[in-house]
Amino acid sequence: MTGVLLIPPLMAAILMLLRHRPLLQARVSLVGMAALVVAALQLLIDCFTVGHVVLTAGAWPVPIGIIMVADRLAAPLVLIAALIGLTAVSYARAVIDSGPETSWALHPLVHLLVWSVCGAFLTGDLFNLFVWFEIMLMSSFVLLAMDGGRAQLEGSFKYLMINLVASAIFLIGIGLLYGQLGALTLATLAQMVAAKGGIESNPILGGAAACLFTAFAIKAGLFPVFAWLPASYHTPRSMVSALLAGLLTKVGVYAMLRVFTLVFPLPGTWLGSLLLVLAWLTMIVGVLGAAVQWEAKRILAFHIISQVGYMVLALALGGAAALGGAVLYLIHHIVVKTNLFYAAGIAQARCGSDDLRQQGGLAGDRLLLAGFLISSLSLAGLPPLSGFFAKLAVVRAAVGLGDWISAGLALLVGFFTLYSMSKILLESYLRPRPSSSILLPRPPGWGWAYAPLLGLAGLTVVIGLCAGPLWVMTESVGAELLDRTAYLRAVLGSDVP
Amino acid sequence: MSTLISLVVAVLVTCGVRLLLERRLLPVVLGVALLSHGANLVVFVAGGLTHAGPAFTGADGLVEAGRSDPVPQALVLTAIVISFGVMAFALALAFRAYRVLGNDDLPTWRGSEPPIDAPEDHR
Repeated sequence: MTGVLLIPPLMAAILMLLRHRPLLQARVSLVGMAALVVAALQLLIDCFTVGHVVLTAGAWPVPIGIIMVADRLAAPLVLIAALIGLTAVSYARAVIDSGPETSWALHPLVHLLVWSVCGAFLTGDLFNLFVWFEIMLMSSFVLLAMDGGRAQLEGSFKYLMINLVASAIFLIGIGLLYGQLGALTLATLAQMVAAKGGIESNPILGGAAACLFTAFAIKAGLFPVFAWLPASYHTPRSMVSALLAGLLTKVGVYAMLRVFTLVFPLPGTWLGSLLLVLAWLTMIVGVLGAAVQWEAKRILAFHIISQVGYMVLALALGGAAALGGAVLYLIHHIVVKTNLFYAAGIAQARCGSDDLRQQGGLAGDRLLLAGFLISSLSLAGLPPLSGFFAKLAVVRAAVGLGDWISAGLALLVGFFTLYSMSKILLESYLRPRPSSSILLPRPPGWGWAYAPLLGLAGLTVVIGLCAGPLWVMTESVGAELLDRTAYLRAVLGSDVP
Repeated sequence: MSTLISLVVAVLVTCGVRLLLERRLLPVVLGVALLSHGANLVVFVAGGLTHAGPAFTGADGLVEAGRSDPVPQALVLTAIVISFGVMAFALALAFRAYRVLGNDDLPTWRGSEPPIDAPEDHR
């Protein structure tokens, strides 16, 4: 746990000192990220052998001090985030994007971003979650604005403003909750909210829950507060797009998954019904928004929205099977979405444009074709890739609950996803390029970009092949989220009923 | 006193939202600033306003009776510092964007948005 929390900020500091030596900086960055992966793996192993790993900052007793908790939901996500960080610092070494030189700030910021994402996954305190969100916001919008072009400045300004509004709403929710209950540790809050009768019987708690919900919804890109996402995610260099697309919205989804199972359980409340409808609309609007786009990264940005819809749909359905499906979907989606942005970046470099109408003939690059094809089919949910099992888990849970509308919509949206992906495949890969029949050469240092592409494509295949054990694991995580006793005992001691 | 501060919060949030709806750059940034001040005040009054003594803890690490609650003060200090830092960056970014884009009329900033009309000239 301490390794995961200490390595990234230390690396960021060291990398800033190395700012005049770009090559050394890139190498040290890679080593640092690899160390983080090892620490995250260690945490995961501890978590599955010993049980919950709890870190109490400064040994302050629970309602006062800040605690960090690694359970079987957080630990796998921390490992995936570290892996994505590793692929990102590798990808950054290839010269994918034309334009301004790589800034010295890129590597330190990537470490800080991964740090904040891991922190948000691990924290067991609501205000601490706010602080991690702010670190994430800071590092991500500097990454967005870094190259300083027109589109980047516009995109990052919109991104910054909507996220500051989200932070203010989050803070108001925290203030209301503290005013009512006098605690901010999630486990303590869970007991107190249950004692007060939940959000149905106490309007101020309901207001606080609504504030938190709105803030997380903006972070996750739910309907109707998603417009910042397709306006900003496609503007920065490909590696930054991929990192943000893979990790940021999923932190919002994770925060919902944590707070709205532990503190404010959704089943049977007005918030649960609201979330279900919003999930439907998010899925549909995202996938239809993608259908009319002609730039690969914009298509992918809209698909983030529809995929987030699947995850919150699973949360809204409730029940161990559905929550397990949400966890599986989170893991699958981080891997696949990052990889599709990597592929889009390389495609842009080899065709000189991100517009599908200017691209073509990419099937000549067999490695790129393999990476793209596996990831896109996985996103659309074709067996035996990870996306199939993630979608299957959600649809099966919906059918199990007799919710045929949700199940039908999930299948329909999957079909439209396949449409968008085959559009990219046909336009950019199978059709010859309109301007010239020869692809541009592979960018300098291309191995650093192709290795993560193929590595992550391999990972989605492996997740698909290991679906059986993973399915059992995520379903038991879902049961744990639903039951809450294990989490409360780990944090508050064994006297929890 | 709590009522007065609640009213101040209401005024801050109202003005913040009103400014957010402006077309121009600077009012929007100021609107977000007012909104975050409002949020900070909510956290500040969360512990309840009392005439109790300053916040110190006893030997057991818990707040003694008759003392005010130190936690909201710690929270609001953190939140103020964060919002100050972010606001400094927001102003720098706004200024840079204004210099590069050449105007501060936000509705015209559509270069990064998806196009409104689907292009007709497909192949």
